[in-house]
Amino acid sequence: MKLNDILDALFPAGHTVRVANQVITGVAQTAQGTVAVLGTTDAAAIDHAMALALSGYILDTLEQHPGRPLVFLVDTCGQALSRSQELLCLNGSLAHLAQCVDLARRQGHPSLSLVTANAVSGGFLSFGLMADRCYALADAQVRVMDLKAMARVTKIAHERLLELAISSPIFAPGAENYRRMGGIEAIWERPSAGLLEAALGQGARADERTEDRRIALGAERGGRNLAAAILQTVDSALAAA
Amino acid sequence: MIPSLASRHSWFEATARKRIAGLLDPGSFTEILPPAASTPSPHLAKLDLPGAFDDGIVIGCGQLEKQPIFIAAQEGQFIGGAVGEIHGAKLVGLLKRAVREKPAAVLLLIDSGGVRLHEANAGLIAISEIMRAVLATRAAGVPVLALIGGSCGAFGGMGIVAKLCSAILISEEGRLALSGPEVIETVAGVEEFDSKDRALVWRVTGGKHRYLMGDCAMLVEDDVSAFRAAATAFLADWQEPAPSVGLLRATQRQLENRLTAYGAYRDGLQIWAALGVTNPESVPLLDRDSLVALKEGLPT
Amino acid sequence: MEKLNFQFESVPALPAADPALCGVVGSGNLEILLNAGDAPNLCVVEIKTAARGFADTWQAVIGAFAAAHPAGGTRIAINDMGATPAVVSLRLAQALAEYQGGVQ
Repeated sequence: MKLNDILDALFPAGHTVRVANQVITGVAQTAQGTVAVLGTTDAAAIDHAMALALSGYILDTLEQHPGRPLVFLVDTCGQALSRSQELLCLNGSLAHLAQCVDLARRQGHPSLSLVTANAVSGGFLSFGLMADRCYALADAQVRVMDLKAMARVTKIAHERLLELAISSPIFAPGAENYRRMGGIEAIWERPSAGLLEAALGQGARADERTEDRRIALGAERGGRNLAAAILQTVDSALAAA
Repeated sequence: MIPSLASRHSWFEATARKRIAGLLDPGSFTEILPPAASTPSPHLAKLDLPGAFDDGIVIGCGQLEKQPIFIAAQEGQFIGGAVGEIHGAKLVGLLKRAVREKPAAVLLLIDSGGVRLHEANAGLIAISEIMRAVLATRAAGVPVLALIGGSCGAFGGMGIVAKLCSAILISEEGRLALSGPEVIETVAGVEEFDSKDRALVWRVTGGKHRYLMGDCAMLVEDDVSAFRAAATAFLADWQEPAPSVGLLRATQRQLENRLTAYGAYRDGLQIWAALGVTNPESVPLLDRDSLVALKEGLPT
Repeated sequence: MEKLNFQFESVPALPAADPALCGVVGSGNLEILLNAGDAPNLCVVEIKTAARGFADTWQAVIGAFAAAHPAGGTRIAINDMGATPAVVSLRLAQALAEYQGGVQ
């Protein structure tokens, strides 16, 4: 699906969005008012420049439009793989971006992300997964690594991984697996203004926005059953600090 | 400050438990979810792999110079210290508790390649939860320090987590980056990054380079008591700032300027020269104190 | 992975308050968790090992340990990533010493 078609479907009331170096920045109109729209397109491999373009736009929004909701469109194949990028501590720029999304939350900007095509590892961690809630289109690819590469690295037979992937959401690629584990709030059949506005409305309550509920959600949905119990045990364990 | 050779205990070679024992006040550590009360990851068992009782991370409370501290240590020897469901939840749980109980600091002894592929989805979501929990802890006024000097360094999502901490203390042996050199070599070719060229790997990801560039606050000898002294000294001078646009603006400017100045370089040697180091080739040979002196003498 | 279970008669160990852990589940290494068991003259062992087909070796190594040390009244759980018999013997002795308060 083309970016402009996605934008038209999400924001029928209008959008002014610019794409430069695979980075999306702009604004759109919704029933809840103007929202900031930002993200990446064409399976961007996130590098310093892209991360800083996004973080800069978030900071601009925080300074100039207090409370304006942030809508992130996620299409990333992960992080840029290059020596010069690592030389300048790429994890640092991704952390900075994540910190900006987190600050927006603290300063009362509701945020949501929508995976439009691809969401992979570091690129996904730095903004998509940092939003209050993350959604995905039904045909989106969400993963750390495809199963063939995973088989190579872990030295576990590809057939065995395929077989286990049927019963367990724990390692195999797929938006639905992430939904079952609580990482993705819901899957949308297609980009829709109605779904977007409902999601933005859901983010109105401050405590629901600021509390990370993904572990509880994963347990409710039966996709991630151990983490909630561990959290509970750690919380109640006797230990004298 | 530098202990004699006889009394040195290498951080690099120590296990997670030995690092904690040597870092905190003697006998002060109480483990949360100790091995005898834990079950190894059933996800690994399904893939026919033995797990570890602690799932590769030791968490608990203790004291550092009599100050109450929360601490987590990853075990790099166990599947590269990688984050799976239980491993991640233990760390998230500890950080959530820190928000409530407000210890003097949380120390993260990172030794990890990032997401555990055997539990890839759980690991990725867990790292995202850790990222948010680190920032929530800091926003509650509790500093979170990353200590890096193990064989697995801090890579992947744990590299991002490290950079979300209040500060990073790193040894020369420590490495900090996003993608491992092996991954870059596999995807982009050996001309891009020769992962067998250890000297190059260290010039790009190693502790000295990260310290010279200001990505890490302190460079520490590869010694458990040196890490203890460094963490104590750092915390004595540190007041956790409230998160603010002003602080992130300053970082934004710094990162933009740095990208403009050094974005085309591909080797630490080039950047060190640009930083004003007169003899960059000597940097890998310098001992810790000489390197710290060199950095302090650089033009700002 | 292979799961093995053994039990050996052994002279009772000094009863200890806390379980002991030795070693790490890393390549060529193993972790041993030593807990108090039920029967005072039995050492009960449960092994999960990445290396298949070494049941006889395990039986011999742990049997020799149970014969040479007072390891009765213990329950030993092992997670192994291909440790050699020498490493296994060393870790068993360390775990027992720690369990009985012999080392810190």
